[in-house]
Order: sequence, then C-alpha cells, then structure tokens
Amino acid sequence: MGAQVHGTQPYDNSKRAEIKFNDAAMATVQTLISHYPEGKQKSALLPVLHIAQAEFGGWLSPEVMDYVASILKIKPVEVFEVASFYTMYNLKPVGKCVIEVCQTSSCWLCGAEDIIKHIEKRLNIKVGETSKDGMFTLKTAECLGSCGTAPMAQVGASYHENLTYEKVDTLIEKYRSEGRLRSYTDMDYHNTL
Amino acid sequence: MGRKLLIHNDKVPNIHTLDVYREHGGYASVEKALKTMTPDQVTDEVKKSGLRGRGGAGFPTGLKWSFLAKPEGVARYLVCNADESEPGTFKDRYLMEVIPHALIEGMITSSYALGAKTSYIYIRGEYFYVARIVEKAIAEAYAAGWLGKNILGTDFSHDCYVQVGGGAYICGEETALLESLEGKRGNPRIKPPFPAVAGLWGCPTVVNNVETIAAVCPIINMGGEEYAKIGIGKSTGTKLISASGHINKPGVYEIELGLPVEEFIYSEEYCGGIRNGKKMKAVVAGGSSVPILPTELILKTAKGEPRLMSYESLGDGGFQTGTMLGSGGFIVMDEDTSIVKNLFTFTRFYHHESCGQCSPCREGTGWMEKILKKFLNGSAVESDVELLWDIQSKIEGKTICPLGEAAAWPVAAAIRHFKNEFLEVARSKKFVDVSHYNRLNKIVA
Repeated sequence: MGAQVHGTQPYDNSKRAEIKFNDAAMATVQTLISHYPEGKQKSALLPVLHIAQAEFGGWLSPEVMDYVASILKIKPVEVFEVASFYTMYNLKPVGKCVIEVCQTSSCWLCGAEDIIKHIEKRLNIKVGETSKDGMFTLKTAECLGSCGTAPMAQVGASYHENLTYEKVDTLIEKYRSEGRLRSYTDMDYHNTL
Repeated sequence: MGRKLLIHNDKVPNIHTLDVYREHGGYASVEKALKTMTPDQVTDEVKKSGLRGRGGAGFPTGLKWSFLAKPEGVARYLVCNADESEPGTFKDRYLMEVIPHALIEGMITSSYALGAKTSYIYIRGEYFYVARIVEKAIAEAYAAGWLGKNILGTDFSHDCYVQVGGGAYICGEETALLESLEGKRGNPRIKPPFPAVAGLWGCPTVVNNVETIAAVCPIINMGGEEYAKIGIGKSTGTKLISASGHINKPGVYEIELGLPVEEFIYSEEYCGGIRNGKKMKAVVAGGSSVPILPTELILKTAKGEPRLMSYESLGDGGFQTGTMLGSGGFIVMDEDTSIVKNLFTFTRFYHHESCGQCSPCREGTGWMEKILKKFLNGSAVESDVELLWDIQSKIEGKTICPLGEAAAWPVAAAIRHFKNEFLEVARSKKFVDVSHYNRLNKIVA
C-alpha cells in the first residue's frame, strides 16, 4: 500500500481488501460522478462519503476512506481532510441510531435542554456516548433548520419535530424494535411522528 | 391579506408533482423566456424588478448577474445555495419540500439568462430527504422535456443536478460553497476574484439563494416593473419569513415587504402573538447573525416610526438602534428569556462552525463561548462584559469571510441593549435560568 489515511482509528490493512461497494451502491456512485465534467470526479466526494458511511456500518474507517480515494482517483489525505471537516461524517464507530438533538437558539427557547436530559436518562448515557447495546448514540447538533417545529432531533434522514417526552419514548421504542442501522441516505425519510 | 407569489399554492394537494404544478401555471416563465425573450432581456427584467438576494446579504440580483464574465468557449455555471443553516431560518427547506418545481423552474429560466448549460443545487446534507424530493422533481422535469437537450425545441439545452453537503454552516458562504462543491473543505476563498469571474472550477459562476431563484419565475411572468410595484421603496416584492420562538404560530410566512413588524407578530394571519399570554422581550429579526433588538426598538424605530418588515426600515438607525432583514429568520423571545443564555447558544454555534482559517474568528469565537460559559456557571466578573465587547470588536472586519461579523454582531448587540442583564448575572455570582419553566408545555397541553 502507498499513502494511507491517518484517521483517528488504527489502519487495518487486512480489512482493506474486503471493502467494496455492492453493485447498487456502485451504480449510484458512477451516476454521481457523471454529474461533473471529465476530470472533476473529486466533486462527488461528499455524496460518495455519505453512501460509504451508510454501506459500511455508519462510520468512516481509515480503510473505507482509502477505498473512496481509490474510486475517485484522489489521494487518501484528500478524503480525510474532507471527512474530518464536516459534522455528518463519523470517524469513530457509532450506534445504529445516532440521535442528533438540535440545541441552537430556537430549539433551546422551546425546551431542547429538557429533551436532551430526558434522552440521557432514558438511554442511561451522556451526550457523545453510545448505549451499551450499541443501538443508540446521542449527539447534540447546531441548527438543523427546524426552528418553527422546535424542539427537534434528527435520526438518519428523518426529522422528528415538535418533540415531547412521550414522542421521544415512542421513537426510541420504535428504533429499538426495528434494530437496523439508520443513515442519512435512508429512503424512509421525513418520518415525523 | 398580503400578496403571495412564491408559496400561494402550498396547500394544493400534490403541488410537488409536475402535473399539478403545471395545472397551476408552473413553467410559464420558462416558456415565456425561451420562446419570446433573449437572455439579456430576462436579465433586464430581473434588474427592473429590484429583486435583492434573499439569502441574507440583500445584494441586487440583476446586478450580480450582470457581473458574470462571458469569455468565449468557457463554461458558465449557476449554483443554487440551498445550504440553509442560519439559525432561525427554514424557509428554503419549506419551499423545496412543498413546491420543488418552483426552484427548478427558476433554475432553468435563470440559467437561460446567464447562458449556463449546467447548474447545481447545493443542499445542506442534513436536508437529505429534501434533496430526494428535489431530485425526484428534477427527474420529472427531464422526462417532460423541461431539462435536457433543446428545451421546448429551442437551441437551449440545460442539465441540473443536486449535490448534498456534509454538514457545515460555512458552506452557505458562496466561495466556501464552491470549494465544497469541488469536493474540498469549506474554506472561504479570498475575494477578488469574485465567483462571477472565477467560480466553480475557475469558471464564471453565479451563486443565488433558493428563494431568489424561485422569485425569478413571477418576475418573468408579470414583468419586472409590475414586480417592483409590490413592496415598499427599494424593498420590492415578497419575502419568505421563518418565524420561530415564543409565538403562537411558528412557521413560514410569505409577506409583502413593508408589512408592519407589529402586525406580523401579533396578527392572527401571521405569528398570532406571544404564547402562554407572556409579553415579548426581544426579537432577532433576520437570522442569528443580525443584531437582537428589545421590544421597543423592534416595534418602533428610534424616531418613533412604526418598524416595517423591509431592508430599509429594519436597518433604520444602523446597529445603534436598528438591525437587518437578513435571511428572514425571525426569532421571538418572551419576557422570561435569558438574553445571556440565548447569546451563549449563538456563540457556541459560531465557535462550532468557524472554519478555522482566520485567527480572529477561530480563536475569538472560542473565547467568547468560554467567557459566556462563565456567566452561566456563576464565575463571571463585571469586567467580563468589557472583555466580551473587546473580543467581538477585534473579530469584526478582520476575517476572509463574513462569519467573523456574523459571530461578532450578536455579541455586540446583546451587550448594547441588555448590558444590565449581563452585569446582574456577574454581580450575583449565580445564573438562574428564569425561563426554565417547562418550555414543552405548549406541546403537552
């Protein structure tokens, strides 16, 4: 291997060979690349990273970032510098459902802090932590553009708005019983309770 | 009832589909422009309309278009800024989600004016589900021949694509957005060169907000002069306002510019007054970056005239007694709200979102957050108010992009208008969040 991504996690060379998009994901990646002029395929990096994160367990390991670099014919460090800049890319393993509660002005004015405390209690974790069963990670987020329907939380592609304690409880039970990985690229979007 | 031009059909069932959108007059501006007008005539109508950028800066759109360089043999691009991230703002999300074809129609008509064969809609990554809605609408438009080769049998061909971001407020700054669209970190570029000369991949590029582009459709349909008759003075046309906070009816409202602020807040047609029977304390009128104003100054100017929802009236008095229309992110706070804590949430936001390129912003936003945290944990001293003032004054005007100002202005305004509240917290050595009654009441009840 030549240059490798130096992420926050150790690089496991043996895993690198196993990482490959399935045909459907690869087709989407190729379509995305076709949206840009010849030689400008690097432009597809942000959307391709979203697909990679959804396909490979909800986070971007150094090996996955290396793989994305090989597809877009760019240097691994070009992938890492982007993945580490934007908030939506996880550089460490996370739970299957990442609950992101907005905490900026309007959401704070309407009780976001109470919602965060409630989730902490319900899942027995603090902000930034993952539940023992690996199901939930709780994060705070800065303004998600849902100020008129505050307080709100994003889980994958879904916006959950006008939250109450009851809604949060229902939501957690729903995700727990479904038990699957929720990603930003989920088609089951805008699942407002 | 004010006049509506953008979301007047938002309650029509299935208006997000091409068929229903067409039944309600959709794509008329494309037909009119491509069949009866030259590109320069389209630009002239936009100039005559007086339309100003709806993303926050309020720069005249027609003028921005006229700056576009047109060298032979070089591609030109239109890029739509749908990276809506200014706290308090959610109008573009609403427009794209409910009437996606209004944006696509505007993209085609505007691209025709600019001679752009390709355009991109850059949507913030968190709005992934919105991007899907817009993508579906684009696919419909291609299938019906509104996009692709030789649109309406003319020589004009156009491709329009969506790109999602990765989560970064700074990408709402146009040069950072272009960097991001090129697959890089969202670090703003030094201007000049301006995007109109060297933008996406170094090619001449126009970057416009979602609402600005959608407004081009009614302008072409009715003519620029007719559009300019709506509104007041140099604030022509209509504006989408995102209303949030302690009001009875939060949501997106389309207003005719010039509507009195008092009517907007208290009438049943709009915000419906302050919830829980409380009194109003302050308003942030145009997104988190613009100066906060106390009730007396948001309802009336310092001269005692009624404050209007317009660029000029909200700006009346400068930053001493006025504010800005900005993005139209209208955040209302009731009498129990702690201005100190609200400012903390803003400052935490700017610290989180600073790209880190310029030291005054990178370091200054962090220090302001730390000092405000001292107020919240009861360890602030009176001189910390002066210190905050000093730091914000050393960020403003000293950074590559306007995030520096955006971070500094809210701090300056909060101290300017609510200095005693900061001093009281510092003197009492404890912070009591008096507003901490159960804010979730409104939903539980």
